[in-house]
Amino acid sequence: MANNKVLTVSPSPHVFENTSVRKLMYGVVIALLPVLAWSVISFGIGAIIVTLVSVLSCIGFEYLIQKFLLKQNPTVTDGSALVTGLLLAFNVPANLPVGIIIIGALVSIGIGKMSFGGLGTNPFNPALVGRVFLLISFPVQMTSWPTPKGFNTNYVDAQTGATPLGILQESGDTPMTKVMEQVPDYSELFLGQMGGSLGEMSGIALIIGFLLLLYFRVISWHIPVSNVLTVGLFSGILWLADPTQYADPLFHILTGGVLLGAIFMATDYVTSPMTTKAKWIYGVGIGLLTVIIRVFGSYPEGVSFAILIMNALVPILNRYTKPGRFGEEVQYG
Amino acid sequence: MLQTFSKGGVHPPENKFSANKPIENLGLPKQVSIPIAQHIGAPSKPVVKKKDKVKTGDIIAESQGFVSSNIHSSVSGTVSKVGEIIDTTGFKKPAVIIDVEDDEWNDSIDTGSEIIRDCSLSSQEIVDKILQGGIVGMGGATFPSHVKLSVPEGKKIDTLVINGVECEPYLTSDHRVMLERGEEMLVGIKLLKKALGVNHVLIGIEHNKPDAIEHVSHLVSKEENIEVYPLKVKYPQGGEKQLIKALLNREVPSGGLPLDVGVVVHNVGTSLAAYEAVQKNKPLVERVVTVTGKSLSKPSNFLVRIGTPVRDLIEAAGGLPEDTGKVVGGGPMMGKALSSLDVPVVKGTSGILVIPEKDAYRDEEFNCIRCGKCVDVCPMGLEPYLLKQLAQLERYEECEDNAIMDCMECGSCSFTCPARVPLLDYIRLGKTNVNQILRNRKDK
Ligand code: SF4
Ligand code: SF4
Repeated sequence: MANNKVLTVSPSPHVFENTSVRKLMYGVVIALLPVLAWSVISFGIGAIIVTLVSVLSCIGFEYLIQKFLLKQNPTVTDGSALVTGLLLAFNVPANLPVGIIIIGALVSIGIGKMSFGGLGTNPFNPALVGRVFLLISFPVQMTSWPTPKGFNTNYVDAQTGATPLGILQESGDTPMTKVMEQVPDYSELFLGQMGGSLGEMSGIALIIGFLLLLYFRVISWHIPVSNVLTVGLFSGILWLADPTQYADPLFHILTGGVLLGAIFMATDYVTSPMTTKAKWIYGVGIGLLTVIIRVFGSYPEGVSFAILIMNALVPILNRYTKPGRFGEEVQYG
Repeated sequence: MLQTFSKGGVHPPENKFSANKPIENLGLPKQVSIPIAQHIGAPSKPVVKKKDKVKTGDIIAESQGFVSSNIHSSVSGTVSKVGEIIDTTGFKKPAVIIDVEDDEWNDSIDTGSEIIRDCSLSSQEIVDKILQGGIVGMGGATFPSHVKLSVPEGKKIDTLVINGVECEPYLTSDHRVMLERGEEMLVGIKLLKKALGVNHVLIGIEHNKPDAIEHVSHLVSKEENIEVYPLKVKYPQGGEKQLIKALLNREVPSGGLPLDVGVVVHNVGTSLAAYEAVQKNKPLVERVVTVTGKSLSKPSNFLVRIGTPVRDLIEAAGGLPEDTGKVVGGGPMMGKALSSLDVPVVKGTSGILVIPEKDAYRDEEFNCIRCGKCVDVCPMGLEPYLLKQLAQLERYEECEDNAIMDCMECGSCSFTCPARVPLLDYIRLGKTNVNQILRNRKDK
C-alpha cells in the first residue's frame, strides 16, 4: 500500500467552486452571441469584418505587449481580451475602416488595460477607452452609421443614415412630435431596425444576453436594472414636465446603447464596484449622467461618457459602502 | 421556506457518501498517542509516567485552570512514553503514548448498554461531571464544555441551541449519532438544559438529513420546550453565530459570544458525551469519526478510541487509494491537511477526508478581477479581497479597522473566488499579526 506517500499539505479550504476567470469570460462571450448574430443579420459582411478585426487585434496586441514589452507570460487565453474585442466592435459603426478599428484595439488594450498592469488593475473599461478615443479622433467615421438592411455584402459603400439619437440631437427647436415621426417606431427599435453601432440595435438580443449572464451567474442584476430604471425615471420626469421638448423614456431606453451599456459595459467586473450598495449607486449614477449628457450636452449619446465617469468613482464607492457587517443589525435584549 | 442565516454563505457539493453507513466499532489499536493539549486553553499536566499501568478511563493529565480539560486514557495498558508527537496540526505536541493490553475499564465507569434516563444531580453536579469527564466541543473547536455551562455573573441565558447542522460536506458523524444514539443524546441535551437552567431548547438540523430530522423530531415529540428546526442547506450554518441567526434571528455582536445574546450552543456529539459523562461516569475516550473520500472504497463511520492512528481508520475504510494526494482531518472547508497518517484521532476529529491527487492542488492563480463574489459570500459581511490586500501590504491597522478579527475562517471566500486568489491564507496571516498587536496593546 501507498504507505510512504508524500501528502500535500495546504491550508483550508480544500474544495473549490467549479468556476474560473476563463469560464466567466466565456460566459460573457456566449451571452454576446445573440447580439453578434443580430448585427450580422442586419449589417452583413461589415459586422463580420469589424468584429473579426477588433477581436483579433485586441488578442494580438495583448499577446505582443505582454510578451515583448512587459516580458510576462501572456495570459490571452483567459478570454478577457476576446471580450474587450467583442465589446469594442459592438460600440462602433459596421463600416468603420479597418485601420481605425486596429487603432481602437491598440488604445483599448495598450492604454485602457495594459498600461495599468493588465486584467484586474485597469480603472476604466478598456473597450470604452478605445471607443471614446476613436470618437474624439475620428468623429466623422465614428458617426457615419450604415442603415441595417438585411445581410449586406457591401462593406465600405454601405448606405448611411442617421441614428434615432442623431435625429433628436439635430432637431433643434422642432416640436418633439414632429421629430418622433422621423424615428423608427418602438417595435422596430426593440427588434433592432435602426441605425447605430453593431451591438446596440436589438433590445431583444441584449435582453437575452442579460438573461444568459444571470443564468451563468456572471453578473448580478443590480447594475443593469438600477441603470435602466434611472434612465427611464429621469427621462420620464423630463418628458412629463414638457413632452413637446423631451423624448419619452422608452425612446431613451431603447436607443443609443443604453441597454448595451447597462448590461455589458457597466457590469465589467474590474471597473465596477464590489458591494451591492455601491452597485446601486453606480447604476443610478450612470443612468443620471447618461440622460444629462444626452439632454443637456453636445454629444447625442451619453452612455460611454457616463460609464467612464462612474468608473473613476468606483474606488470611492467601494471605500464608503462597506457591506453590512454581521453583528451590527439585529441587536438583542 | 426553510430558515437559514441571511448574509453570504455558499453551497459546496455535499458528497455525504457515508450517510447510510451505521457506526462501526473500530476496535482497539496496538498503541495510542494521546495529546495532552486537545482543547483551546491551557495544556493539561500529565499525571502518569513511563511504565505506569493504566485502565481505560483513568485520568492521565489534569486540567490546568478554568479553560482547560482533563485527559483520560482511552485504552488499558502500559505507558511507553510521556513525550512529544506530531499531531493533526502538524506541530509537536506533548503526548502520552500507551501500549495497549486488553481492555480493562476504570471500575467507576458503567460500560453497560442500558440507557439511564433519570438524573437527580444538581446543576452544579452535572457541570462538575462534565468537567471531570474532559468533555470538549466535538464539532472541531474543542472548547471545554463546562466553561460554556458556567454562565458568568450578570448574563442571562434563555435558549440552549443544539447544533446538528453538520454543514461541512462529506462529514456524517453527527448525522449517525442523531440516528443511532438519539435517545442518549436527548438525555444529554436535557442534562445540559438543566445545568444551564434554561427551559427552551432548539435543535438545528440541515434539510439534507431528513431521516435524522424525522427521528429526532419523533424523540422530542413528548418533550416540552425542545424543538427540532429543519434548516436550509447552506455553509457555514454550523458556525455558532450563523446558527443562532438562522434559528433565533439574533446577531452575536462583533467580538462577542453567544451568551451575549442569551444563547449557549452545544454540538450533538457533545450532548452524547455529556450523557455518558454524567449518567455513566464515562469520560471522553472515544468518538464517532467519518472516514470518507471520493476514491475510498469503503466510506464509513467508526467509533474510535482517542489516540488511534489515522492510518488504522483508513485501513479499515478500505486502505489508502493509490491516487491519494491529500488527507484532511475534518471537513473540506475548515479541516487541516495532515502531513502523515501516523497522527492520532483527537477529541475534535470529526472526520478523515481522503482527497485524490487531481483535486489536491489548487488551480492556477489569476489577478483578482474585482468581481465582488468574495464579498457576496462572506457570512460575516467582510471584504475578503480588501483584507487580503491589506494583509499582504502589512497594513495591519487597516486590517483591524476592516474587522479582520471577525473572520471565522470559514473559507467561503477562497472557495468561491474565480481567480483562485488564496484569500484566506492571507487573511489568516493578517489575523495572526493583528492578534499580536492587540495583545501588545493590552500588555501596555
Ligand atoms: S474566511 Fe473569513 S473572510 Fe472569508 S468568507 Fe469566511 S469569514 Fe469571510
Ligand atoms: S472573489 Fe476573487 S476575483 Fe472576485 S473580488 Fe474576490 S478576490 Fe477578487
